[in-house]
Amino acid sequence: MLDDKDRIFNNIYGLHDKSLKGVMSRGHWDGTKQILEKGRDWIINEMKASGLRGRGGAGFPTGLKWSFMPKESDGRPHYLVVNADESEPGTCKDRDIMRHDPHTLIEGCVIASFAMGAHVAYIYVRGEYMREREALQAAIDECYDAGLLGVNNKCGWDMEIFVHHGAGAYICGEETALLESLEGKKGQPRLKPPFPANMGLYGCPTTVNNVESIAVAPTILRRGAGWFSAIGRPNNVGTKLFMVSGHVNKPCTVEEAMGIPFRELIEKHCGGVRGGFDNLLAVIPGGSSCPVVTGANILDAPMDFDGMRDVKSSFGTAAVIVMDKSTDIIKAIWRLSAFYKHESCGQCTPCREGTGWMMRVMERMVQGRAQKREIDMLFDVSKQVEGHTICALGDAAAWPIQGLIRNFRPEMEARIDEYTRNSSSHGAVLEAAE
Amino acid sequence: MSVRRLAEENVQPQSFAFRGENVAWAEATIRKYPEGRQQSAVIPLLMRAQEQDGWVTKAAIESVADMLGMAYIRVLEVATFYTQFQLKPVGTRAHVQVCGTTPCMLRGSEELIKLCKKRIHPEPLTPNESGTLSWEEVECQGACVNAPMVMIFKDSYEDLTVPQLDYIIDRFDAGKGADIKPGPQIDRIFSAPVGGVTTLSSPYVRQRNQVTDAEPTPANSDEASVPPANAGRVKTDAAETDPTLKTPATAKAASAANAKVEGDNKDTGIVEKAPAKAAAVKPSLDDKDRPAGIAKPAASDDLKLVSGVGPKIEAILHELGIFTFTQVAGWTKAQRDWVDGYLNFKGRIDRDDWVRQAEALAKGGEAEYIRVFGKKPR
Repeated sequence: MLDDKDRIFNNIYGLHDKSLKGVMSRGHWDGTKQILEKGRDWIINEMKASGLRGRGGAGFPTGLKWSFMPKESDGRPHYLVVNADESEPGTCKDRDIMRHDPHTLIEGCVIASFAMGAHVAYIYVRGEYMREREALQAAIDECYDAGLLGVNNKCGWDMEIFVHHGAGAYICGEETALLESLEGKKGQPRLKPPFPANMGLYGCPTTVNNVESIAVAPTILRRGAGWFSAIGRPNNVGTKLFMVSGHVNKPCTVEEAMGIPFRELIEKHCGGVRGGFDNLLAVIPGGSSCPVVTGANILDAPMDFDGMRDVKSSFGTAAVIVMDKSTDIIKAIWRLSAFYKHESCGQCTPCREGTGWMMRVMERMVQGRAQKREIDMLFDVSKQVEGHTICALGDAAAWPIQGLIRNFRPEMEARIDEYTRNSSSHGAVLEAAE
Repeated sequence: MSVRRLAEENVQPQSFAFRGENVAWAEATIRKYPEGRQQSAVIPLLMRAQEQDGWVTKAAIESVADMLGMAYIRVLEVATFYTQFQLKPVGTRAHVQVCGTTPCMLRGSEELIKLCKKRIHPEPLTPNESGTLSWEEVECQGACVNAPMVMIFKDSYEDLTVPQLDYIIDRFDAGKGADIKPGPQIDRIFSAPVGGVTTLSSPYVRQRNQVTDAEPTPANSDEASVPPANAGRVKTDAAETDPTLKTPATAKAASAANAKVEGDNKDTGIVEKAPAKAAAVKPSLDDKDRPAGIAKPAASDDLKLVSGVGPKIEAILHELGIFTFTQVAGWTKAQRDWVDGYLNFKGRIDRDDWVRQAEALAKGGEAEYIRVFGKKPR
């Protein structure tokens, strides 16, 4: 198990003093100026050496992303945009960072902005996080007062941080949609290329990072890339906030080492699965867009990018949704389809039409009012949505359904059989009265 | 995506204006964005308008468009795209937003929705008869580990059961919503596990920079000494350091000195002798300063608890007849020097302060040691 001293977010539950002084006593904002003095290349190389992979779901190496920014400004300003539009069902880590440990994020913004030559950072917080936004703004104001931000600050790098917010659109978590939204438009993703590193916010070079990726950067640089990369398995290093929700005895958010086996994670921190591990049906390991995995397959799998890929799912944001055997798994996935139908931005036809179509077929699958061949058709349609849209929302809508069909096809067929058996020759269906 | 339209003309107010502190706030918000990019402020302004009036009116949309120099259609587009904007009037005392997405559904949000249908109105987004309450099912609100939850205006109420939500709705309906503490409605600290944290419970130990932290760890005397690494070694094959090359006048000695590097000097031709050992002459065992030894007692102390004594040194001390902490604690300066010399220790005994260590260990064992030195022995 990870030692408390190796946990980066040492106030994630808000148990300790949240003021700047309290935060400093826990080791944050320590030697920020010295880190900046080591120079841009040192910071980027150290971030690359640390092996940190982006915490927003895709797992792109953060150091590499930073290095894509132009070395010299061509007259356009550079921007850092922090993606705090945390809307993936199951995910609620950024919320805790912003309301309880916001200084990790603010210090990270200063360091990341320096590394990419930006003087302005925007933090795009999802609209529903109003109290979190207030907490973050209060922490930023505190830093301005203490001279850690602003012009001629103590860190030696002029820095302005603005908090911006959205208004309840999941799609704005996609980086180019987020930039559109930040520019005051509908959040519809842009075509890439040009990539944001060349043409991002207001047509200027921009890097968009997840809150957690930015917030862990200062500690990594302080304690060294070697420390961070020693935790976990190669290619899947570091610590990570896990969010365990659903049918466990004690759902919680907890910072653990990458690669912790699923069983250990649930036993140590969540008091086990409701009704014991024998009662485990399925797990969605990384937020709604990741395919569902059966309980037997995931029990001893290491929770990291490669471990989840090996069980044909993905690690996403480490939002673990646990389902026990009382779950109607088809309905659970149907609800995700409804979510994606609601959140499709309507720009690309396969997604706009496909998400609604898939939701309606899933609705019938929940009742069993379908033909077995329609399961194949549903799979086929999900394959046609996947990969044929500008952004990954189409893929995200398709994967849960594909995961369901791959793992729980007998369940779906049994449901159809049951429905057929109940229907009389007149076409009437006996349903239990509610 | 969902189709969203503005409210009927007959409920739309005639005009809109920011009131009170919102005026200054709006100006400050617009200034956050670069010149010519004021459009960025559209979402914050619309949101503030909604907070002020309870919902987004057509007049508000037009007013915000005028403030930001945008076409009406662009603001209308934004207002209809983002689902957090209420385009119709909602309950004045509470608009209950129940999260219905899978993580909340797994923990019983459907029951909460049923309650809302029964208590408030069968249809979402429709105020009840008195116009005080309304509800809707929303997508994930990002409090999944605290499921199920509802959001009422700015605050979320988490870890709910049906009776609790019933009570919360009651309080809001009575205009006393502020009495209820937002956050988890059970005995729980935010997102920590029920019944107490499993992490972050140990008192915080300050972590320092690796660079500044590097406390020199005292080399263990009984381990083989590791020669210095070659990494930073002077390049000895350079002409300047070659002593066989003629150098001006006095240079012979100087260049030889120059050429000296720590460790392996073979390729320069000058193999530096290990410093002639002054200490090679071991103090005689018959010296008067030799501390008196005793015969091995039945229970000898574990001398290895003294920092600086390893198994090897302990064996030598035993040969000298030193078996207990009390003996070590009683050494005089001269005796210490003798033992130091005997062990070829170069003053380590005084540096590590064996005497004080032994005193503490003799007096109260490990507990006393921890009290005096603030760490465990060894």
